[in-house]
Amino acid sequence: MDLLCVENLEVVYNDVILVLKGLSLTCGDGRITALLGANGAGKSTTLKAISGLLMGEEGKITDGRVLLDGAPIHNQPPERIVRAGVFQVMEGRRVFQDMTVEENLRCGGYTRPGSERAESLDMVYGYFPRLKERRKQLAGYMSGGEQQMLAIGRALMAKPRLLLLDEPSLGLAPLLVEEIFEIIARVNREAGATILLVEQNARAALNIAHNGYIMENGRIVLEGESQTLLNNPDVQEFYLGLSHGGLKRDYRDVKHYRRRKRWLG
Amino acid sequence: MEYYLQVFISGLVVGSIYSLVALGFVIIYKATKVVNFAQGELLMLGAYVCFSLTVEYGLPFPAAFLLTLCFSLVLGLTVERLALRPLIGQPIISVVMVTIGLSSVLKSVVQFVWGTQIRVFPQVLPVVPITIGGLPVAPVYIVAFALSLALFVAFSAFFKYSRTGIAMRATAYDQAAAASMGISIKRIFAMSWCIAAVVSAIGGVILGNINGINSQLGYLGLKVFPAVILGGLDSMLGAALGGLIIGILENVCDGLAKDILGLDGFRDVAAFVVLVIVLMIKPHGLFGTHEIERV
Repeated sequence: MDLLCVENLEVVYNDVILVLKGLSLTCGDGRITALLGANGAGKSTTLKAISGLLMGEEGKITDGRVLLDGAPIHNQPPERIVRAGVFQVMEGRRVFQDMTVEENLRCGGYTRPGSERAESLDMVYGYFPRLKERRKQLAGYMSGGEQQMLAIGRALMAKPRLLLLDEPSLGLAPLLVEEIFEIIARVNREAGATILLVEQNARAALNIAHNGYIMENGRIVLEGESQTLLNNPDVQEFYLGLSHGGLKRDYRDVKHYRRRKRWLG
Repeated sequence: MEYYLQVFISGLVVGSIYSLVALGFVIIYKATKVVNFAQGELLMLGAYVCFSLTVEYGLPFPAAFLLTLCFSLVLGLTVERLALRPLIGQPIISVVMVTIGLSSVLKSVVQFVWGTQIRVFPQVLPVVPITIGGLPVAPVYIVAFALSLALFVAFSAFFKYSRTGIAMRATAYDQAAAASMGISIKRIFAMSWCIAAVVSAIGGVILGNINGINSQLGYLGLKVFPAVILGGLDSMLGAALGGLIIGILENVCDGLAKDILGLDGFRDVAAFVVLVIVLMIKPHGLFGTHEIERV
């Protein structure tokens, strides 16, 4: 059963720039889906189109549909979409720096009744004991890793059915990246949240994801189970940085892929 | 000496009204990053509406006061809906220009409806002064001060503990991030204008009870700038203390200038002199937030 279903999505910025050119993808209920691609492929735009945050950025959905559990949610204001159970953790963490950790978390739970607050806080502190230690501290004074934990914790406060994560590994040390991804996998297992994960770090993402999509130029060019993608020679070469048999490939092959990419795109 | 104490007390009371207006100012600035130049006019309109309800319609003062608050609530909503919401997402400077225009419009409306002469509120509180520590103080001064204090405590708690208050602070810090949390930006904006209009109206009514009202009352909004900037644009505590400090300094300096130098009209300058000095030492104001920078 698919929780999220994006069909032929077309997004235009400023009435002229076509960023998504008929993108379709689905997120299976209770699964982690990775969305990979180079800079400017339209990954973040896809997430914003789903969560409704395009509205603040002069972006518009001009065609296609976004269905959550079969009900259309596109072109609704973000507050409605959050209440429907979709929560986006924005790129770059975006914590409220001049507020304490706990106040940040309370913002995350803004759409939930106050009676749930204590229980939700306990749950978040269970995933991130470090946040509990720093409860009263201003979020701006925390390290990048802790801020990312706070950003994810804030999302958990809303008890989303679908969690959209935009580059959670951005600017973090490798060890921390590992920790964050472990927690994401745990959240998926224990809280049963469906996750759509946008990443540059393809290996880390595919390692925890059940299946994945690869985007180029506003379209999906490849999709499949994570294992299949990890073993795909094109993915290995262009997203995982492996070359076949350790050989250096010459420009001709690269050009060949470029041409194929253009055809796919 | 008693003269100075008297001057000090009236400074304290005027200062507490500055604080109230500054509070409205800070709330709008905190939630929307807009500097509202029409704050003084919101105060004036509130004062005139309350005046009309008591004098022209003969309502008892408490009823008129409550109705005035309702009126201000609606006024805040209307102003936000008509003048400011279409500008969400536009450069701040455009929005600020709109508030300047708004102040002219509101001022003209007041002059058009009520004319320009001074009007006097009917006596609400007893005139007989209460003696505090050997000094006679008018009851209206005490009520004014207590009311301001109570409002400040209430709003501080609101921003610190209530869900909506926290959401307003979040919106001020990062609109997009707040929206991603399901906070309705439009509602937050509307609410901040409502609160600002209501506290200003309260200030206006108190002031009307002390001094009477005229169509120049809106200039009080300008007096509030030094108070707000002194305290730091985004700090409520700063607004409270800034208002009190400016009120006291104004009156005491004025008294001193009259007493010692025999000069008149020092009142209007004093506030700005202090402001310049403070900003030279603390550019963020006394309590303004510094940007947090991680190094």
